[in-house]
Amino acid sequence: MNQVPLIHILFVSTALFFIGMYGLFTRRNMIMMLMSVELILNSVNINFVAFNKYLYPEKLEGVFFTLFIIAIAAAEAAVAIAIIINLYRNLRSIDVETADEMKF
Amino acid sequence: MMSASAVVFYMLSAFILVTGLLAVTSGNIFRSAIWLLFSLTGIAGLYFWLDLQFIAAVQIVVYVGGIVVLIIFSIFLTQQSGKALPPPRRRRAVLSALAVCMGFALTCLMLRQGSFTRVVSMREDVLTADMGVDVIGAQLLSTTRHGYVLPFEVISILLLAAMIGCIVIAIKVKPGDK
Repeated sequence: MNQVPLIHILFVSTALFFIGMYGLFTRRNMIMMLMSVELILNSVNINFVAFNKYLYPEKLEGVFFTLFIIAIAAAEAAVAIAIIINLYRNLRSIDVETADEMKF
Repeated sequence: MMSASAVVFYMLSAFILVTGLLAVTSGNIFRSAIWLLFSLTGIAGLYFWLDLQFIAAVQIVVYVGGIVVLIIFSIFLTQQSGKALPPPRRRRAVLSALAVCMGFALTCLMLRQGSFTRVVSMREDVLTADMGVDVIGAQLLSTTRHGYVLPFEVISILLLAAMIGCIVIAIKVKPGDK
C-alpha cells in the first residue's frame, strides 16, 4: 500500500466522480441518474478511506464516515426507487423531461 | 519497477474507471446496471487493497447485494427489457463531456498543489495497528469522546423513516379508497 502515493488514489476518485457527473448530465432516465449518483457517492467514500489510511492511520473517523455514507446511500436509493415506481404508475414513463408537474 | 501491490492498485483503478464509464455510456439500461455492479465490486477490491476488510464486506453486502439488486428490480418494473435507451443528444453529450473534462483538469491541478503529509509522527506499532471489526464496533458504540453512538442511533431512525416513507410512497391506492 505504501508504494502508491495518496495523490494517485485521489486522481482515481476524482475521475470516478466526474464519470458520475457525466452520466448525471447526459442521461434523462431516472434510474440511470440514480446509478450515476451511486458512482459519485462511491468516489467520496474512496476519498474518506484513503485519507484515513494515509494521513491518520491510527484513527477510524474516515471508516465511520464511509459506513454512514453507505447507510444513507441505501436509504436514498430505496426512497428514490419508490418515487420512480410511483411516477411510472402515474406517467407511464421515467424520463425526467416528462415529469414537469408537481401534482397531477 | 513497480511492486506487486502497486500493479494491483493500478489494475483495480483501471477496472473501476472503465466499468464506471461503460455504466454511464451503455445504450441498454440493464447492461448499464451490470457494469455498475462490476464497478462497485472493483471499489470493494480497492478497500481490500487498503486493508479495510470490514468496509469491503459492507460495500459488497449493501451495494452489490442490496442497491444494485433493487435497481435491477426497478428496471424490470419500469422498463421494457431489451429496449435500447435513446442516445443523448449530441450537443448535450459534447457540452457535458467538455464540462466534465474541465472540472477534472481543474480538480487535478488543485490536487497537485496540495501537500498531503502525515500530521502526526508515525511509530511502527501505530502503523501496524489492528483495524479489525472489534475495534470498529467498540468505537461505533462507545459513549466516550470519540464514540459514535449518537450518529449510529440517528441513522437507525433515518433507516426506519426511509422504510416507512418508501411504503407510503409506493403503496398502490385503490380507486375507491380515499
